[in-house]
Amino acid sequence: MTQLHVQEKSVPVLEIENLSQRFGGLTAIANFNIALGENDLTGLIGPNGAGKTTVFNLVSGFYQPSEGEIRIGGTPIAKLKPHQVTAMGVARTFQNIRLWSDMTVLDNIRVAQHYRLGYGFFHSILRSKTYQQREAEITKEANNLLEVFDLIRYRDEFPGNLPYGTQRKLEIARALSVHPKLLLLDEPAAGLNSNDIQDLIRLIRWIHNTFDVSIWMIEHHMDVMMELCNHIKVIDFGETIAEGSPEEIRKHPAVISAYLGDDTL
Amino acid sequence: MLRRYSVHMFLALLGFVLVYLAYNELVNLYILSILMFMGVNIILSASLNLVNGYMGEFSCGHAGFMCVGAYVSSMLGVLLFAKDKVFGLPLLSPEFALYAFPVLIFAGGVAAAFAGLLVAIPSYKTRGDYLAIITIAANYIIISGIENISYIGGSRGFMGMKRLIRSMEDVVDLPWMLIWVFLFTIFSIWILRRYLSSTFGKGVSAICQDEVAAEIMSVNTNKIKTITFMLSSGLAGIAGGLFAYILGYVNPGSFNILKSTEVLVMVYLGGMGSLSGSVLSAIFFTVLLEVLRPLQIIKWVVIPLLLIILMQFRPEGIMGNRELGDIFPWLKRFYRFK
Amino acid sequence: MLATFIQNVINALQWGSFYALIALGYTLVYGVLTLINFAHGDVFMVGAYIAFFVATFLLTALGLPGWVALALTIPLVMILTSVVGVTLERVAYRPLRRKGANRLYVVITALMAGLILEHGNLALLGASRKAFPPLISEHVYTIGGVSFTNLKVAVIFTAILVFIILQFIVTKTKIGMAMRAISYDKFAVPLMGIPIDTVIVFTFILGSGFAGLAGLLFAMSYPVLEPYMGALIGWKAFIAAVVGGIGDIRGAFLGGFLLGAVEIMVVAFFPSTFRDLIAFSVLLAILTFKPTGLFGIAKTTKI
Repeated sequence: MTQLHVQEKSVPVLEIENLSQRFGGLTAIANFNIALGENDLTGLIGPNGAGKTTVFNLVSGFYQPSEGEIRIGGTPIAKLKPHQVTAMGVARTFQNIRLWSDMTVLDNIRVAQHYRLGYGFFHSILRSKTYQQREAEITKEANNLLEVFDLIRYRDEFPGNLPYGTQRKLEIARALSVHPKLLLLDEPAAGLNSNDIQDLIRLIRWIHNTFDVSIWMIEHHMDVMMELCNHIKVIDFGETIAEGSPEEIRKHPAVISAYLGDDTL
Repeated sequence: MLRRYSVHMFLALLGFVLVYLAYNELVNLYILSILMFMGVNIILSASLNLVNGYMGEFSCGHAGFMCVGAYVSSMLGVLLFAKDKVFGLPLLSPEFALYAFPVLIFAGGVAAAFAGLLVAIPSYKTRGDYLAIITIAANYIIISGIENISYIGGSRGFMGMKRLIRSMEDVVDLPWMLIWVFLFTIFSIWILRRYLSSTFGKGVSAICQDEVAAEIMSVNTNKIKTITFMLSSGLAGIAGGLFAYILGYVNPGSFNILKSTEVLVMVYLGGMGSLSGSVLSAIFFTVLLEVLRPLQIIKWVVIPLLLIILMQFRPEGIMGNRELGDIFPWLKRFYRFK
Repeated sequence: MLATFIQNVINALQWGSFYALIALGYTLVYGVLTLINFAHGDVFMVGAYIAFFVATFLLTALGLPGWVALALTIPLVMILTSVVGVTLERVAYRPLRRKGANRLYVVITALMAGLILEHGNLALLGASRKAFPPLISEHVYTIGGVSFTNLKVAVIFTAILVFIILQFIVTKTKIGMAMRAISYDKFAVPLMGIPIDTVIVFTFILGSGFAGLAGLLFAMSYPVLEPYMGALIGWKAFIAAVVGGIGDIRGAFLGGFLLGAVEIMVVAFFPSTFRDLIAFSVLLAILTFKPTGLFGIAKTTKI
């Protein structure tokens, strides 16, 4: 097991041990292992249908694994619901953007603060002091975040009216608004043109430098992965076929044959 | 400062005028009862809009919850404050009815809210048309459940609530029913607006627009669904309680699927996700029902026909998902709609 | 004891046949359009009334013998009822679909159309109930304490026959495959050169035609007609379709027979006023444990 990239002293942000997932007779993920340290920037690649998104769905609590264990900061997440996993510090984006289309940009950020609202139904009806305070704080933080991401001018727009690249950015900003320890990016460059992709690379690097977060991303654009990641894991048919630094992956025969097809046969 | 309270003042004035007119018998009982049914319909359509419009579910059993509220508040009222052949002598002095009335209505609302769990719990796992069936089934189960309890009159119904209203009017001579309907209508809209405009309540819209994203972005969807269904059915229960006391008589047949359909029509006529749309369409629909009353049975041909034609021209309802303030921006000076 | 049981089974099969025949109309339309056609129960009612007028006309005005009249009534009723169904589609649903209205507005339109059919009938024909003329003479056969009529057997066999025909149409014919294709992917189908409106009209013809047939059989079995007869049975058939797994023909039949069985068994053991209460509770329980119905396939959310 190569776990060299994990800093030895701290508990890994994410540990996955012997994870397997079966849907009916189909094995989507087999014996998956990984450990991500703080401030890592790791990649997960593989051909279409290799099970990459399934791994993310398992980590974000959307599926319950058939076997194996997932731990966030040392705590197992078995039986937790996605919103509880998010509260533990896992945020993610989606392949196809999943913003709330009929809510303003500001509300998209604010609603994502549900895990730490600190008030419930009766407070919201009575507009208690707690309510006023928490709403004010959340709004302020959301505004700050939009400011930092240079999205503040879209504050009262609906996401559908924004350019595609900006929507991606907003979705990433929304994910970061839950103060994650681990940020899962599922094909952030999908559907972007080459200019947008350059912006995205800068954005992710900036996030990596600014926020205290370990990033794990799925991406098909190899140039993005090669440029950003310090460690890449390759899976095919649910099984890990290679892992290592971008250079190692680039030259790895199993990766080449998985992507280009095995010519020797 | 004046602007800030303008809506409160407007409502107070409206309430005062209504009570004044009713007290001096400047409007007849018929108009008065229409006004009261208007209030009941506003509560019903606004509360169903919470589930069907804001949360994007398709509940078609709203009348079932109304029925629970109607029966619980009526039975409690008659048990406590009126002489009845089922429940015997009143347990408390009828004079207290005046003060206890809102409690009775609330009790009906709370009971209906718990009946709402019948739909809320299945909604964790299923949504859309399958949930729609569950709501229809819930409506039927509630109705035929009550029909089979002969102790409270079965399908013949339950009465005796008029005595309660009379004893309220004996204590202080005011049109109490009108006052309570007015207050509860405002209360319902107030509670819905506050819920929906809080970040907590916006979780409802998040579920509607993308449930997966809501769950992943830390919205406790099951909790929000439970609260929303309970709030919606609870308000329906309040409407049911008022309805029962206005009529002075309830029977399970008045809460059948046809009643649910009426409420559905009001919601979609007003526009999904528009509280002011729901209020307007409830007023419009109540008036329409009364205006067309002379047509007798043809009324129920004309009204659906009108609605079909209306929907061909405005397939998103009167207001779409906008509020009054989006259409008449000057209104925003007085009132924030969202 | 065994005789009573078999008797109940036969009754359940007959009663379930009506639900099944109506449920398939819901399921076909739902499968193609994902539209809950709430007017369908009333189309069934209209079918029964059409059967009444056609049969009365053939028997009294033309003086045809019963079996000839029946042989003519069946196709006529099916055709006329499908005209009603297709008219609804063309006049009420299609324009809304073209405008891209939220699908729930189409559902509300369907509800309204149902109300128009019910009350239009009431306004035109009055509240008096119509007695359906006997087309064939009913024979009661008794075998070992189990009695059944030729009509009951005919109803059951018709339902089974319709099931076989429909399965054939949907799985073996071109238009049936087009129907299934639309339910898989509404956007790709027109691109493949399949005339989507033709398929939709065909679906409505099938659904309402068989609702008309159910109306005729119902009128023959319970020869009293009234305008509200379609409403309750329609809602129930819809629930049956969903319990079976809406969009699946096998589901519609299974759900229909299941609901028929539950209702007959309830009446056999409890006061008949408990019928709806228990039947709906059973259905609610089934849907709670199998939320997409018996034959329904759980839609996996793709992320």
